[in-house]
Amino acid sequence: MSAKTLYDKLWESHLVHEDSDGTALIYIDRHLVHEVTSPQAYEGLKLAGRKVWRIDSVVATADHNTPTRDWDKGLEGMRDKIAKLQVETLDKNIKEHGAKAYFPFLDQRQGIVHVIGPELGASLPGMTLVCGDSHTSTHGALGALAFGIGTSEVEHVLATQCLVAKKTKAMQIRVEGELGAGVTAKDVVLAVIGKIGSAGGTGYSIEFAGSAIRSLSMEGRMTVCNMAIEAGARAGMVAVDDKTIEYVRGRPFAPKAEQWEQAVAYWRTLHSDPGARFDQVVELDAASIMPQVTWGTNPQMVAPIDGRVPDPAAEADPTKREWMERALKYMGLAPDTPIAEIAIDKVFIGSCTNSRIEDLRAAAAVARGRQVAKNVKLAMVVPGSGQVKRQAEQEGLDKIFTAAGFEWREPGCSMCLGMNEDQLSPGERCASTSNRNFEGRQGAGGRTHLVSPAMAAAAAVTGHFVDVRTLS
Amino acid sequence: MEKFQSREGLVVPLDRANVDTDAIIPKQFLKAIGRTGFGPNLFDEWRYLDHGEPGMDNSKRPLNPDFILNRPRYRGAQVLIARENFGCGSSREHAPWALQDYGFTTIIASSFADIFFNNCFKNGLLAIVLDAKIVDELMKESMTTEGYRLAVDLEQQTITTPGRKEIRFEIDPFRKHCLLNGLDEIGLSLERADSIKAFEAKHRAVQPWLFG
Repeated sequence: MSAKTLYDKLWESHLVHEDSDGTALIYIDRHLVHEVTSPQAYEGLKLAGRKVWRIDSVVATADHNTPTRDWDKGLEGMRDKIAKLQVETLDKNIKEHGAKAYFPFLDQRQGIVHVIGPELGASLPGMTLVCGDSHTSTHGALGALAFGIGTSEVEHVLATQCLVAKKTKAMQIRVEGELGAGVTAKDVVLAVIGKIGSAGGTGYSIEFAGSAIRSLSMEGRMTVCNMAIEAGARAGMVAVDDKTIEYVRGRPFAPKAEQWEQAVAYWRTLHSDPGARFDQVVELDAASIMPQVTWGTNPQMVAPIDGRVPDPAAEADPTKREWMERALKYMGLAPDTPIAEIAIDKVFIGSCTNSRIEDLRAAAAVARGRQVAKNVKLAMVVPGSGQVKRQAEQEGLDKIFTAAGFEWREPGCSMCLGMNEDQLSPGERCASTSNRNFEGRQGAGGRTHLVSPAMAAAAAVTGHFVDVRTLS
Repeated sequence: MEKFQSREGLVVPLDRANVDTDAIIPKQFLKAIGRTGFGPNLFDEWRYLDHGEPGMDNSKRPLNPDFILNRPRYRGAQVLIARENFGCGSSREHAPWALQDYGFTTIIASSFADIFFNNCFKNGLLAIVLDAKIVDELMKESMTTEGYRLAVDLEQQTITTPGRKEIRFEIDPFRKHCLLNGLDEIGLSLERADSIKAFEAKHRAVQPWLFG
């Protein structure tokens, strides 16, 4: 038998049917559902008189437009009535159609769908996992085939437990060597996107490999896979190893007793075989990766902290030059400005990319004993889930943040996409641990710079971007 | 889904690369629970001079005269041409819903982001990938020629320019079939319900922990 990639194995083990032209029906094991991309799917299901194919595949939560404060006022405290109706619609749909588990707004275990999936063991190695959210690629860190879908496909999975898809090409991104101190998973993935571009992964599923990826914690691997979509890839994934298995062990929805042994034996096969062929291989030297900061309006517009804002005049391709000029105008930046001289107005630490306990620990380590700079109007920390929040509080991280002048909020997607009240005002510049720096993403006219949690905390306490490694 | 009608349409050139779905339909409009009515907020931040929120009377809002969709000669456009990586970012299907609700039937670009591309076809919106050079040509012709229209023939997989130049495009046969016949993909998949059940039984036997 020929050597297979991890993607081959995950694909083939879920293939229900394949036409001669490669159009396939693939089976979906886990369907994560949230309030924003599901109402039209449930409505469509109902209009067609169809039922949910497998209720126990559905795990749901409300995360995208929920507020991050005033939880004591309950659902009625949601000032945005349109958003409230959407949250209530999810309540109603889950009540009517059923789910394996539902963590509604205000629930102790509510949180960002891509944080709670792995944390509960609802996302497992070997699964096919989908959600009506592009950052579903996060769960590939567990050795799963996980990807984002649109609302029509949400309805398709609800009704048939399958998706119509074609196999993508396979890319391997190898990051070899040792990451420098203070260089994190976020810096790795930003460097990857800077190298291959925001469409460099289009048509591919990416397996992240190499010693630097293996050295990352599971949470770090989630950060890397989370942003595979920002390189345009269908999915991102990492092979199963001991860390994967230890991460999953004992989680509420993880298999138990003899099923656990059986599962582990299977999961240990979830890696690319030696000699497996990839359609493309990209290599990065871990030691050369610096802390990264984006300067433009697309994640590929990124520079190392000791770099400068590029000059569009040096770009030969007219379309790209025009794109860079537009971005600099929007961002209010002049060519050749040193990244470390860019002052900020706000700081957001959170999102499905960087709101897990490790992320909060890394940010708190920088914030400890320091103060948010005077020019920073707001620095907020939004834990990824109720569980992350409680753990952080047990470790005293909330106290470190609030003593330094950060706001400590309730979990949710928050200012990553600004669907709730957590938004930038026009012209405000933000150091953000989220995943997208598109125009208006965090609020109309807002200017987003993507960074790691440690770099965001460093920017908060100095008031501008700074190499976090020079602080300690 | 309605059948895709092959017809001629007015072209609007959106001369930008990497147009993301946040730009196509900003987040404040994703709070709706229906599939319709997103057209007036298509490209909201580029199209209007003020900040848009759901529930506003869009007909009273100040238009940005510099934004291409607002120029009188492009009013009623049905074909949008853009550069590479159109539709990148969020998976929001509100993006194709908004494009379609505005009146677009066809989007042409040198490349599309994966999820957006899929979402278009689920809604009968034809997304056509053409070589960057051809996109550049069409873009320039539509800028210099007022009333520039393209005839899109899905059956024949051709686009015809006003100068009678015929350009062939590729499309996945299954997607073409669904579009031409207005087929409900869920209904088609459910015709394989027996195969799905058989697969499920086998899958459950091998990985029982995935069930229950």
